[in-house]
Amino acid sequence: MESMMALVVGGLYAAAIYMMLRRSIVKLVIGLVLLGNAANLLIFTSGGLTRGAPPLVPDGAAMPAGAVADPLAQALILTAIVIGFGVLAFAVVLIHRAYEVVGADDMDRMKDTDT
Amino acid sequence: MLLAVLSGFLLAAVAPWLVPRLGAHAGRVLALLPVGLFLWFASLLPAVGGGETLLWEYAWVPGLDVQLGFLVDGLSLLFALLISGIGALVTLYAGSYLAGHRDLARFFVWLLAFMASMLGLVLSDGLIALFVFWELTSITSFLLIGFAHEDKTARQAALQGLFVTVGGGLALLAGFVLLALAAGGWSLSAVLDAGDAVREHAHYAVIAWLIFLGAFTKSAQVPFHFWLPNAMAAPTPVSAYLHSATMVKAGVYLLARFQPALGGTDLWVFTLTLVGAATLFTGALLALRSSGMKRMLAYSTVMALGTLTLLAGIGGETAAIAFVAFLLAHSLYKGALFLIAGVIDHETGCREVPEMGGFGRAMPVSFAVAVLAALSAAGVMPLFGFIAKELLFESALGLAAWQPVVLTLTLAGLVGGVAVAAVVGLRPWIGRPVTTPREPHEAPLDLLAGPALLALLGLLFGLLPGLAERGLLAAAAGAVHGQAVTPNLALWHGLNLPLAMSALTLVAGLLVAWRWDGIRKMLVGLGFVERFGAERGYDAGMLGLVRVAAWQTRLLQNGHLRYYILTTLSATALLLVYALVTRHAVIPPWSSSGVRLYEVVIGAVVLMAALVAVTTRSRLGAVASLGAAGFGVALIYVLFSAPDVGITQVLIETLTVLMLVLVLFRLPSFLGLTPGRIKLRDASISLTIGGLMSWLLLDAVAAHHQGSISRYFVENAVPAGHGQNIVNVILVDFRALDTLGEIVVLGLAAIGVYAMIKLRAEDRRRRGKEEPR
Repeated sequence: MESMMALVVGGLYAAAIYMMLRRSIVKLVIGLVLLGNAANLLIFTSGGLTRGAPPLVPDGAAMPAGAVADPLAQALILTAIVIGFGVLAFAVVLIHRAYEVVGADDMDRMKDTDT
Repeated sequence: MLLAVLSGFLLAAVAPWLVPRLGAHAGRVLALLPVGLFLWFASLLPAVGGGETLLWEYAWVPGLDVQLGFLVDGLSLLFALLISGIGALVTLYAGSYLAGHRDLARFFVWLLAFMASMLGLVLSDGLIALFVFWELTSITSFLLIGFAHEDKTARQAALQGLFVTVGGGLALLAGFVLLALAAGGWSLSAVLDAGDAVREHAHYAVIAWLIFLGAFTKSAQVPFHFWLPNAMAAPTPVSAYLHSATMVKAGVYLLARFQPALGGTDLWVFTLTLVGAATLFTGALLALRSSGMKRMLAYSTVMALGTLTLLAGIGGETAAIAFVAFLLAHSLYKGALFLIAGVIDHETGCREVPEMGGFGRAMPVSFAVAVLAALSAAGVMPLFGFIAKELLFESALGLAAWQPVVLTLTLAGLVGGVAVAAVVGLRPWIGRPVTTPREPHEAPLDLLAGPALLALLGLLFGLLPGLAERGLLAAAAGAVHGQAVTPNLALWHGLNLPLAMSALTLVAGLLVAWRWDGIRKMLVGLGFVERFGAERGYDAGMLGLVRVAAWQTRLLQNGHLRYYILTTLSATALLLVYALVTRHAVIPPWSSSGVRLYEVVIGAVVLMAALVAVTTRSRLGAVASLGAAGFGVALIYVLFSAPDVGITQVLIETLTVLMLVLVLFRLPSFLGLTPGRIKLRDASISLTIGGLMSWLLLDAVAAHHQGSISRYFVENAVPAGHGQNIVNVILVDFRALDTLGEIVVLGLAAIGVYAMIKLRAEDRRRRGKEEPR
């Protein structure tokens, strides 16, 4: 299963980077979202894939009975997803504002500092 | 001790306030500090002269076990006395020389700061502290050379001095780090105790060369000698103090200081004797070629520094004694001569030696002082310079390898040295009086006190060499040599080879001085010095540096975000390949065991969605497929035991799609901006990096072990965190501070978004108001 996940992660990375290398700023944003997903999956998979054993402690027990999925990787990703959304929201509003001022979404036309 | 070193900085800090209030007495009052320091250092003489080594230690960074230590042995006390003594005389002199200058306060700030840095340099026991003070002397020297900052030459000379000495300082820092690693300690005491370990260390040659570079640049050795004469753009008291008596000696101080630990090897002896002899000769030649009095003195300082390097290279008991004797003699006579050059400039307005003559009648005291100092410089009996010169010959004769070359260069250089001393000591004073910009008259006491005292000390130590020897020189030579020595300095050693050589240089030097005008014209005629000199190399180097900077700025700072991304990614990919290939050369085998069909379907959906998002030309299509990929990822989280992450991903993905749809549709639709060729290039780059990431992940999974940190969280979630959902306990309890940071980031983003929307609304309102007009 890890091999297939590696393929998915690699594909997401490739798509993200390709989009980030475009001149259109909208495509850059799409690339950013894909990159976030790719990185989260990378961390998730390297923490180990476990089926049907969420990191929960049953009622009355001090710790889970058997092996559970790595909780640390999950905690990291949870933080990353939320922060990624914050950054994205800011970026999208910024781009919209920049478009209003510059009148183009071509990044080659956003090089001047004074408009 | 700490106060002694830092008091100069403290006084420098209040000098801007103090100097205008003291008026004409500023120099006299400020000189009290160096006088006090001199007396305090002199009070250490009996102990140190008796062979003791004093050590003061203060905790600096106790957490890292870093001490601020001060080491006082013969060598550092000799330097400290010279620095504070000449410092007092120069401060007094400068108060009168620059009287009424509008930047006098600024001058004293830098002069005092320099004095404190120099004291710190020679007294530091720690290598790091030594380096910091070393750089401080470079910086204060830069400020003092550029004191007349409205003058372009002064600015250029200051920059040149800074680049050369600080460039050498960088090498020195690297050398110190390696040295400390080799010696196993960061203090001079540790390095000096570990001499054998350092000399046999695998990096010995590198250490020695890096320290050589630092010392050679600071002490103006060939081929770095060119900055020193240019530094004469500084006011004369500065030239006398920094560029003859103290700062330029920092390099040779370093060589002498490390001689017991690093010296004695073939590399050490060979490099230092040859560079020293070459510098000695070059300095003499260039001094005879110059006409400005300060410039001549500057080149003769280069010559003296070459001599000191040569002596540090030769090593052994005689050379160590010669080193400290010559150091003392040179500081005394060269300080005096420089100050006299300032007196002549101040009282007559003349700077060029060929334009001087007959001042002796109007300025008899200056004349007497100049002759006395010049006699010491030429090494005439019974002055102290004579003793130093005899010892120099004796050491050079004891050299085993390269003796003929070194001896020839030394003899020829010293003939030049005698000639320079004769020209400077006689030429301005005798002969027919010439017309000068100002009517020559005797200088005031403040200006004469310094040079007169220095010149008289040269005579005193010559007549009573035992005084200097018992007081300090024996202990100083012992520190250079690494073990106790018995110098037995005396004026008369009997009729021997050194005496004959001394006489030879005197006669030949006087002949050269007599015919100086013709010889100078001939030397000036040799144009190759301008065309192929070391300064040319410096200029070319600076020009090349600027060109490379312009070229790489155009290349890297091109203003296109995608090229920045490309550069960053390529560099990361290269590092990644390097790490993967060197550590785990094989790609882990493909394993499809235990894969269930629905998992393959989800993976395929994610990949397909990403592909569509990349290739579609419809904005709605791109956003929709982006959402599809995101929900697919959420399903993967849920399937592999991460329900919380899955729920969050679904929520966030929904919000993202909504936001993109709302905002992006106010933007124009996609344009085909890029030609196919570049698309192909970008596609291959992204596929390469994607493949690398797959490889990295396979590698990481193959090496995976559930680490101890995760196990700690699993075991302690209920007992310590009182929560059954381990992921939640980590977020709000174990790593609560991280979560707080996350909340701050979100808050900031929210404020940013709000501000920008508000801004837009205001813009619109303003436009609405403007339109009716």
